[in-house]
Amino acid sequence: MIPTAFEYFAPKSLDEALRLVERHGDEAKLLAGGHSLLPLMKLRLSVPRYVIDIGRIKSLRSIREDAGALVIGALTTHHDMETSELVGSRCPLLAETAAEIGDVQVRNRGTVGGSLAHGDPAADYPAAMVALDAEIVVAASSGTRRIRAEDFFVDLLTTQLRPGEIVTEVRVPASPEMSGSAYCKLHQPASGFALVGAAAQIALDSNGKLASVAIGMTGVAVRAYRARAAEAVLAGNKPSGKLLAEAAEKVADGIEPLADLHASAAYRRAVASVYARRALETAISRANERKA
Amino acid sequence: MSVSIQLRVNGKTYQSAVEPRLLLIHYLREVLGLTGSHIGCETSLCGTCTVLVNGRAVKSCTMLAVQADGAEITTIEGLSAAPEAGGLHPVQQAFREKHGLQCGFCTPGMILSAVQLLGDNPNPGEAEIRRALAGNLCRCTGYQHIIESVRYAARKLRSQKR
Amino acid sequence: MATTTKYVGKPVKRKEDARLIQGIAHYVDDRVLPGMLYLGVVRSPYAHARIRAIDTEKARTAAGVVAVLTAADLSQAIGPVPCAAQLPDLKPAPRPVLALDEVLFVGEGVAVVVATDPYTLRDALDLVDVDYEALTAVVDPEKAARKDSPRVHDSLADNIAYRWEIEGGDLRKAFRQADRVLKLRMTNQRVIPVAMECRAALAEYDRGDDRLTLWSSSQIPHLLRTQIASMLKIHESSVTVIVPEVGGGFGSKLNVYPEEALVSYLAMHLGRPVKWIESRRENFLATIHGRDQICEMEFAVQRDGTLLGLRAHIIADLGAYYQLLTPLIPTLSGLMLCGCYRLPNVRVEITGVLTNKMSTDAYRGAGRPEATYFIERGIDFVAAELKKDPAELRRKNFPKSKDFPYVTATGLIYDTANYQAAMDLALQKAGYKKLRREQEAARKKGRYIGIGLSSYVEICGMGPSSAMPAGGWESATVRIEPTGSVRVLTGSSPHGQGEETTFAQIAADFLGVGIEDVAVIHGNTSIVPYGIGTFGSRSTAVGGAALYRCLEKLRDKLLKIAGHLMQEDPAKLVLRGKQVVSRRDAHKSMPLLDVISAAYMAKTLPEGVEPGLDETDFFEPSNFTYPFGTHVAVVEVDPETGTVKLLKYVAVDDCGNVINPLLVEGQVQGGIVQSIGQALLEEAIYDEQGQLLTGELTDYAVPRAADIPWLETYRTVTPTPVNPLGVKGVGEAGTIGATPALVNAVVDALSRLGVRHLDMPMKRERVWKAIRDASSAPSGRARKAK
Repeated sequence: MIPTAFEYFAPKSLDEALRLVERHGDEAKLLAGGHSLLPLMKLRLSVPRYVIDIGRIKSLRSIREDAGALVIGALTTHHDMETSELVGSRCPLLAETAAEIGDVQVRNRGTVGGSLAHGDPAADYPAAMVALDAEIVVAASSGTRRIRAEDFFVDLLTTQLRPGEIVTEVRVPASPEMSGSAYCKLHQPASGFALVGAAAQIALDSNGKLASVAIGMTGVAVRAYRARAAEAVLAGNKPSGKLLAEAAEKVADGIEPLADLHASAAYRRAVASVYARRALETAISRANERKA
Repeated sequence: MSVSIQLRVNGKTYQSAVEPRLLLIHYLREVLGLTGSHIGCETSLCGTCTVLVNGRAVKSCTMLAVQADGAEITTIEGLSAAPEAGGLHPVQQAFREKHGLQCGFCTPGMILSAVQLLGDNPNPGEAEIRRALAGNLCRCTGYQHIIESVRYAARKLRSQKR
Repeated sequence: MATTTKYVGKPVKRKEDARLIQGIAHYVDDRVLPGMLYLGVVRSPYAHARIRAIDTEKARTAAGVVAVLTAADLSQAIGPVPCAAQLPDLKPAPRPVLALDEVLFVGEGVAVVVATDPYTLRDALDLVDVDYEALTAVVDPEKAARKDSPRVHDSLADNIAYRWEIEGGDLRKAFRQADRVLKLRMTNQRVIPVAMECRAALAEYDRGDDRLTLWSSSQIPHLLRTQIASMLKIHESSVTVIVPEVGGGFGSKLNVYPEEALVSYLAMHLGRPVKWIESRRENFLATIHGRDQICEMEFAVQRDGTLLGLRAHIIADLGAYYQLLTPLIPTLSGLMLCGCYRLPNVRVEITGVLTNKMSTDAYRGAGRPEATYFIERGIDFVAAELKKDPAELRRKNFPKSKDFPYVTATGLIYDTANYQAAMDLALQKAGYKKLRREQEAARKKGRYIGIGLSSYVEICGMGPSSAMPAGGWESATVRIEPTGSVRVLTGSSPHGQGEETTFAQIAADFLGVGIEDVAVIHGNTSIVPYGIGTFGSRSTAVGGAALYRCLEKLRDKLLKIAGHLMQEDPAKLVLRGKQVVSRRDAHKSMPLLDVISAAYMAKTLPEGVEPGLDETDFFEPSNFTYPFGTHVAVVEVDPETGTVKLLKYVAVDDCGNVINPLLVEGQVQGGIVQSIGQALLEEAIYDEQGQLLTGELTDYAVPRAADIPWLETYRTVTPTPVNPLGVKGVGEAGTIGATPALVNAVVDALSRLGVRHLDMPMKRERVWKAIRDASSAPSGRARKAK
């Protein structure tokens, strides 16, 4: 119900925030929208001594284009993402994914940076981020670095983030012509998180063959991942029902699915396949619509 | 160690020194005495604590009071146009008109979520209403009369604008 | 009642709503008293453990902490939680307000901390150090019932709390004559009520007046007052219970809980008000649960579908202790197990079992949803086995409307019904025949559509005192004040049902005044005469009947006075539009206010008439009421994921006469959605150690707006003679009627695969697995069915 007491900082600039995280290290938690951190603190599963509220750093809340890439500030809320015209036109997969997160109130406060940094294996964004080959930009007082989304997620609630680092933005490369995408999600009925979430980003060539295909999966394993074996089946080929099914079968190859109260490993594996196929089917039909 | 905050709630400015861990819902209820917003869970799922922060629906149990420093907040008590005259917001009127409540515990949050929805989308369909209210649980009504209330309010608001 | 009504039967807007929609209503937690302290409970993390030691020192000495107490400090001062159920040979399993030597379920209280504010309190709760020695937890009720099971209570010989049975007719003969005997085992899983407002209690003690006031989120103010006085061993006349706004109950607040006694005791002991607000986590762990029955049924049937007999054994998981009605609930299932069928030969056995879990008790429907689920699921199972249409099988076995009052083999007397009419209307509204054709067409395309029916009868208007554990009557008082405003006091304790409106409708029509002239007062035991409370769909059927009779007395008195003043035969006068009007001559009238004044001035009263206008009535019902109806659910199952999508829902309910159709509809819709919750989503899951895995809303799914299709609700009207209003009650109908319709629909969707039954909830994985297993079965019926 009630968090433990902590000391509170509300830096106005990134530099100030970086100094604070460096000073307080492990004893500090970053607070952005608060929708990952505060629930844990209220249940006293997280008991930070210092809370650094980065929510007032204006430079982190923007959506812009830069050298062909879509650059999304860490403080962009799920609602911003869902409704941004720029995201909608340049990267509909992210808008579609954002719309599937939690509920309206959560989307109004939760931020993309907060969600990614939390590393929840059932969060929605990671599927899209890995499918999009997004880069997560993190800053430290020593400088910034870019981490490929696929490498960013390490394990349950564990990312590549080092102490003293702050996620500042996400860079998403531009989608090619004649591309289509879709995010298909099986909700955990109580929490609304993804039991299985499949993000597909594909592009067709002029012959209707798959010029590129990327499948990102979340909810299935301890971390979001790219379904490379499934992608390999499809790449360069003309999509058919049979081929999609064959690819979908491989979506959890080499993966050890999670098992919990809400789904066994076997069920997650089976549904991962179904949802990946559905995401691919939708992505392809959308690409065809764009073509037409 | 307390932190000084200043915010506007229902059109009034408040300056308070608060413990950083104080949740916004507790600030509203315990400090300001605005008990119309409720607490129904501790996991950000029930939506009974929903208030508008800078016009957006927010679960005030998942926000620190210090995060609301400088914000403009509307609670159910502040929704009526002129509460002293008994003037009700069209969404409030609609909930009464269409029997959109039973025990009333979820109602303030439900109404505020509906207000935000109708601000974003003046003519929502059934599926859009259901989706917009997904963050507000109701255990009494089965939601159907709530949906009807929101539709009724939408019609009313649209006709007012004309 | 007046032949023409202005309010009764109309969709009158609720009087309660104005305060609720503005956020100016007061629930317990909204009340702040000067000097108020906050109480919290340290709860056991173990399902079964011995308490070796409790170290309260750190908490006691923390800043802002006023008191820390354990059972050692309190067990003499506060008696155990009361249980009103009386069953033959019921073993005692009373719940102490705090565990003394052993804890018997996760969430049981072991200590209380009182502090100056909720934040200090929360910190201090973590400072109480309890040393436990874990013992074996008894979780599975069937294993618990075995002789070799570890025991929940050391003091008892085994875990069987009671055995209960009921028999009617000649069961042996029925089974001898049967063409077929069909067996089915079903569970009605444990569910959690999840009222949106968790429980809450606040107590204040005035030493000078020796007056204890307890505000509680309760459904039973008077029974609570009596029990608190007994638990604390104080004069009941010193205790006032106030039930302010209540944020939903569904039976979970039809109880007396340790915390209500603890805040009361501590308010007296510390001389300051003490408040306790339950967290959702606590609400999951330590507020009563519902259902949790396993039923094995055997039907004796003829080939043509005639039901001859039913043998059933129910194992009911009671949890660790008895709350107010714990042992009694399963017996209601037993009594109602014949459903709405001619089933002349029946035997039901019930085994109530103790386990290391939270108590089960009355959750919306209380015993009837279980009975209805078992019989209605059973009927569909029989229909599938006999290859009969489930609607036709029902029709064949319904008693006819002329057979009422109908006596069941379990000894109940069903008042009035027309089951056929309700089912016919439901089938017509659902387009049943067309649905079956569409289902067949969809099947050919590989789609799994299912149609499920449920015809239910339930037992309401609780009830005749002879059959109730603590009185089944209800009280009403009506006062007309000198200015003409009308005050209705009711012993019912509505918490969302809207009796402030429906009772005002009844009173306004009766007295010929406006609904705005009537105020309905409830939930304050110092103002309202003793009453029983709101549960078991009884408020209007019993409390409304008391009100009706009260109004009759008051009307007669008014007319007698008016007759005297107007020199007219009172029998020729009526109350209409705030006038007393002569039936013979409409010009002959007198303002009602003049008559009221006369009653108070008392200068010109007829002989034998007392001054004042204040009448009270205690209505004792002669029987229960038996609402009924038929629900139809249409679902589509996604065979790849097991996801059940509800396509259509049609409900026809008959609750007798209707006071306010808008409110009836609201009750039905809400009940159906709770039922959808149980059928598709909800399940309280304990692991083998007795840990509640679904202990928060993050893991226990209740229906959201987006999970529900548009519900189509209709009514037939068959009044009851049991009360003068002809109303039967509707608070639980939806929760009772809907679950079997939904499960029957899912099973129907999978029937071609040979699936004959699935236990609730219809979780995706369970459905998916059933499809997979059926499809891969080597000698599966799937193949045969083709």
